Amino acid sequence: MRKSLSIIVIILFGIFLSLIAIDLTFGVPDNTGMDDYFIQNGQEQIATNNIVTTVVFDYRGFDTLGESTVLFTAVIGVALMYRKLIKGDADENE
Amino acid sequence: MRMSKIVRFSADMLFGAILIFGFYIIMHGHLTPGGGFQGGAVVATGAALVIVAYSYEEVLGMIKKAGLMLQESAGLVMFAGVALIAIGLGTTFFFNFLANSGSLFGMSVPYGPNSGELNTAGVLPLMNIAVGIEVWGGLAIVILYMLSGISKAEEV
Repeated sequence: MRKSLSIIVIILFGIFLSLIAIDLTFGVPDNTGMDDYFIQNGQEQIATNNIVTTVVFDYRGFDTLGESTVLFTAVIGVALMYRKLIKGDADENE
Repeated sequence: MRMSKIVRFSADMLFGAILIFGFYIIMHGHLTPGGGFQGGAVVATGAALVIVAYSYEEVLGMIKKAGLMLQESAGLVMFAGVALIAIGLGTTFFFNFLANSGSLFGMSVPYGPNSGELNTAGVLPLMNIAVGIEVWGGLAIVILYMLSGISKAEEV
C-alpha cells in the first residue's frame, strides 16, 4: 500500500515537472541586449574569436579575479589543514 | 608503495603528452573551448598520474612543494599584475590595452566566423597563462598534500 502510494506520488511529480519543462523556452531569453552586445562587438573590441573567453577574462574579468582568489584561498586552507594533521612534516612544508 | 613497472612506464610515456595537451588548451584559450582553468586542470592531472604511479618519497624528488606554491602565488600575482598595468597606462582596471594594438597578441579579427589567429586577443592569452600556472600549481599541491597524509597514516 505504502509502496504503491509512493509510486503514484513520484509519477504525479514527474508529470508536474514535465509540464513545467514543456512550457520553458530554451535559448530564447526575454532580454537579449547584453548577449547581442557581446556577440556584435566582442570580435571588434577584444579581437577574440572565442566570445566565452572574452566575457570571462575581459568584460567580466573582475569575477575571474575573485575566482582565482577563491582557488588560492582553498589551496592555502588545505595546506594548513594537512600541516596540522602531519606533525613531523611541519618543517618541510614551511 | 610504488606501482608495477608497467604502470610506471605508461605514466612516463603519457606524462609528456598530457602536459603538451594542457599547454595547448591554455595557449589556445582565446580560440578554442577551454582556457586557463581547464588547461591547468589537465596539467595537474598529469602530475596526479605520476603521483599515483610512484611512491610519495620518489615524487618529492621530482615535484617540489615549494616550487608548486611559488607557481600558484606567481600565477595569481601575474593575473592581478596584468590587470593593474592597465591602470598604470591611464585606463581602467582590466582594460585590454594590447588588443588591436599591432604589438604582442595585437592582431585584429574580422567580424563573423573565421579560422582565427594565435597572435590576437591582447591580454587574454597572458591572463590565460597566469590562471593556468595558478591552477596547475594549486591542484597539484592539493593532491600532494592529501597523498602525504595517507602515507603517514599507513606507517602508524
